[in-house]
Amino acid sequence: MKEHMNTATALIAEDEPLLAQALQAELERVWPGLRIVATVGDGAAAVQAALLHRPDVLFFDIRMPGQGGLEAAADLADAWPHDAPFPALVFVTAYDQYAVQAFEAQAIDYVLKPVQAARLQKTVDKVQGLLARREARTMDATLEQLRGLLSSTSPAPQQAPLKVIQASVGNALRLVPVEEIVYFEAADKYVRVVTGEHEVLIRTPLKELLPQLDASTFWQVHRGTVVRATAIDSVLRDEAGKLSLVLKGRPEKLPVSRLYAHLFKAM
Amino acid sequence: MTIDPVAKLRHLLQVLAFCLAIATLQYAFLPERGYGVQLAYSLCIGLITWACIDFPRHFLPSSAETGWPQGLAGAALVVAGIAIGYFVGNLLGDFLCVKFGLYMGPRPDPVVQTRHSVLITAMAGITGCYYFYSSARRSHLEHKMGEAQRHAREARLKLLETQLEPHMLFNTLANLRALIALDPPRAQQMLDHMIAYLRATLEASRATLHPLEVEFDRLRDYLALMSIRMGPRLAYELTLPSELAAQAVPPLLLQPIVENSIRHGLEPQLQGGRIDVRARREGTQLVLEVSDNGVGQGGEGSGDGGGFGLSQVRQRLATLYGDGAAYEFQSAPGTGARTRITLPLSS
Repeated sequence: MKEHMNTATALIAEDEPLLAQALQAELERVWPGLRIVATVGDGAAAVQAALLHRPDVLFFDIRMPGQGGLEAAADLADAWPHDAPFPALVFVTAYDQYAVQAFEAQAIDYVLKPVQAARLQKTVDKVQGLLARREARTMDATLEQLRGLLSSTSPAPQQAPLKVIQASVGNALRLVPVEEIVYFEAADKYVRVVTGEHEVLIRTPLKELLPQLDASTFWQVHRGTVVRATAIDSVLRDEAGKLSLVLKGRPEKLPVSRLYAHLFKAM
Repeated sequence: MTIDPVAKLRHLLQVLAFCLAIATLQYAFLPERGYGVQLAYSLCIGLITWACIDFPRHFLPSSAETGWPQGLAGAALVVAGIAIGYFVGNLLGDFLCVKFGLYMGPRPDPVVQTRHSVLITAMAGITGCYYFYSSARRSHLEHKMGEAQRHAREARLKLLETQLEPHMLFNTLANLRALIALDPPRAQQMLDHMIAYLRATLEASRATLHPLEVEFDRLRDYLALMSIRMGPRLAYELTLPSELAAQAVPPLLLQPIVENSIRHGLEPQLQGGRIDVRARREGTQLVLEVSDNGVGQGGEGSGDGGGFGLSQVRQRLATLYGDGAAYEFQSAPGTGARTRITLPLSS
């Protein structure tokens, strides 16, 4: 265990350069054996760097440009190779009462900014313990925690369920009844709304659409995909263990994120 | 138009006390008629007059505000109430006095008696009505004043909350803590900006206006703090023509707009961006413009175009200038955002 502690590696994702520097300095003090393999300033870069370096610990800031820490962690979990153990996750936040409550509820480690040595020491002790008995920590546990976090930080449904989607097509406004929709897919700045025969583009982000959809009818299967459960024909698993959905009435296959793979289990 | 039974009971007791006082006064001047007679007439007339005015007044349309009808309706109600009180009260008084044998001493001259009686009823009725009316008006005004004060306090508190946004505050403190170890002179500089910003924030919740020059200085403090945090991701330029420096503007009017640009425009953008704040004169108008080249906001749909800080800006403009000020916000995804405020020049 001692040798492992001496060679542990970490990745810091923090968009404010001074704070990244400060965190690194504090870490050097409380965990001299830790080597910081990379420091990045946004979520997408964090995912890439983590896949490249495969560090033991991730320090992710919650609020970053582009993709925040939570979404980056979810994406990383999805892209993480099957055979490698998932890194220990520590979130860093300046002030976010809801996030902190969610971390407590999911027993996820977090550090508050300004980072204080005593608090960081506690987190480091926990992470070191976790790394020592790393085999006990499975990917499933991390996925479960992330799912809990993502669902507790997204707004609760309050509006009446949507009945029709209104999309502008050229100069016309097209109404698509929700019953005809097979799936929604986030694409850059738009969301594709796909029915059996057509598709339209709308500007409302998926995040805002989700609370307005009936959760038992439409399942989120990926960060950017929401599919009608009854339109799913079958679920395929490839050699790497990744799931994809075969649809009724549509030729394309939809990938299932690891985060949502728990939805598909034989009864 | 709900009638408060406790208030009515209080009025009843006040009317009873008033009737007793009148009966006692009359008895003092005409003791030979006996106290019982005075009391019977006084109570009968007083109570009936009271009942005919204090209850029906709530059903008249113009009584919604103070509880008392306004103008002619109010005067008519009082005259009618006193007249009914006088006639019905006298009949009832006659009946009671005969029934209980209250009359004593020689019968007075009926003409003199009627004159006295009419005079006393009219004066007592008008006095009583005026008393109740003015106390209702006073409590109505007090209530309204309390409400206005409560609104002002709430607005001040909300303003303070937006300007001391905890996320900004704690991130700035975290940066300051880091700077103390790395670069003490710069830490001191940052602390100075922070002190100026905090002082302005606390003062802004009190003062109603300050010079535009000071407003720009506070923006500079805020942007300096933010640029220490964001590093090269934030660029900014403030343009204030010297002839407009003394123009009076509401304190920290522009700060929520700049904050909004950073938070929703530049922060989500990997490469950051730039913010321009410009003041200029257009005829008799002062134009303040904040523009950024951030990610832009999704128009009406995404809702962030009118975040809390911004609705606060609009509200403050409306309170201070009414229709004299205008607020425009323009943004679309990919094109940045532009906010334009037009105020009357303060000469």
